[in-house]
Amino acid sequence: MVEFSVWQILGNLLLAARWTVALSLIAFAGGGTVGLALLAARLRGWPGAGAAVAAYVQVFQGTPLLIQLFLAYFGLGLFGIDVSPWIAAGGALTLYASAYLAEIWRGCVDAIPRGQWEAADSLALSFGEKLRHVVAPQALRIAVAPTVGFLVQVIKGTALASIIGFVELTKTGTMITNATFRPFAVYACVALMYFALCWPVSAFSKRLERKMRRDR
Amino acid sequence: MIQPDFAAVLADWPLLLRGAALTLALTAVATLLGLALGIACARARTHGAAPVRALAAAYVELIRNTPFIVQLFFVFFGLPSLGVRLSSEAASVIAMTLNLGAYAAEIVRAGIEATPRGQLEAGRSLAMTERQVFLKVVLPPALGRVWPALVSQIVIVMLGSAVCGQIAAQELSYAANLIMSRNFRSFEANLVAAGLYLAMAMLLRQFLGWIGPRWLFGRAAPSRS
Repeated sequence: MVEFSVWQILGNLLLAARWTVALSLIAFAGGGTVGLALLAARLRGWPGAGAAVAAYVQVFQGTPLLIQLFLAYFGLGLFGIDVSPWIAAGGALTLYASAYLAEIWRGCVDAIPRGQWEAADSLALSFGEKLRHVVAPQALRIAVAPTVGFLVQVIKGTALASIIGFVELTKTGTMITNATFRPFAVYACVALMYFALCWPVSAFSKRLERKMRRDR
Repeated sequence: MIQPDFAAVLADWPLLLRGAALTLALTAVATLLGLALGIACARARTHGAAPVRALAAAYVELIRNTPFIVQLFFVFFGLPSLGVRLSSEAASVIAMTLNLGAYAAEIVRAGIEATPRGQLEAGRSLAMTERQVFLKVVLPPALGRVWPALVSQIVIVMLGSAVCGQIAAQELSYAANLIMSRNFRSFEANLVAAGLYLAMAMLLRQFLGWIGPRWLFGRAAPSRS
């Protein structure tokens, strides 16, 4: 048994929180990119694209993130690839985030009145121009608050990466618990650390939402 | 590349079935308790005295801004040091209930706040007590308004319960883990589990969508589009 002071526990957890933040940013950026591509495919109106994206969203929203992580971790191994937790966790969380973001943004684009699309069509704007000058400016305003809100889900989701051996906040908490046998204090500290990460983001998202409602 | 072999996984179907049954049982209990907790917290936040309001708000924010797995580990590993020993199933239900309660509180609160003033006044003018007004006038249509959001949240909690296998609650993901430790078919076992979860999520959504209007808030609940 090792003796750790509370400050040492907090210090170690703080160092581990860097990896939670890094993984969250990777998943959020990757998920945003893939989600945008999915949204574009759907808006393009390619035959079957809408149904394919809907099925993709259904699968990722209808299965546990934990199982998705396992599948990424073991599935890539099936092809003889030596998977690092970074690749498995980053990949799985990217796909997970992309499904949710594609769905959130779809709702934002759908909220734009049909007349706007028709007006853009009647001005002979190309697909890219329509998105850039007509749809995006209006959809972005609605999209900001729920997108920031979803960042909280991503940060919390990274906690599951601990199970496939990714050493971040939760995994470090488990390791310190195993060394100190003080689960109550350690997990309370871990929870507070997540709270310190997520709460400002939640509060910011709520403020954006209120502001948007006032402006309307 | 290794050939996938699903037969080896499906041969253990009784394990998978028992796991799925426990997942559904945990979800059912947590749903009933969590909805009750959520409604109580929503009422506390809309009608309670200032300290009760603050307490409910703190609970909701604390749960909503921490991961479920940490809440679960805190209940299962942390509470025994206070002398509370829990089985893994009990810890799972408690963590799921606390989790659902916080999200349900926010959802139900939105439904309660959308109640037209006239309805409250009508209830009071019929000499109903505040409690009767809440239970008979405010709550049923409020639940009706937010039921789709509640159903989504319940499905999320059901999927989140996959983590409970980590504290050895023998639910579906635990069964998949057990199978893969027997025959090393890790990818196939998890793929089968994913398929089962997907089917359960779709069925649960259908079932709750069907039962809500019949049992919870009555057929006569105003449907607003």
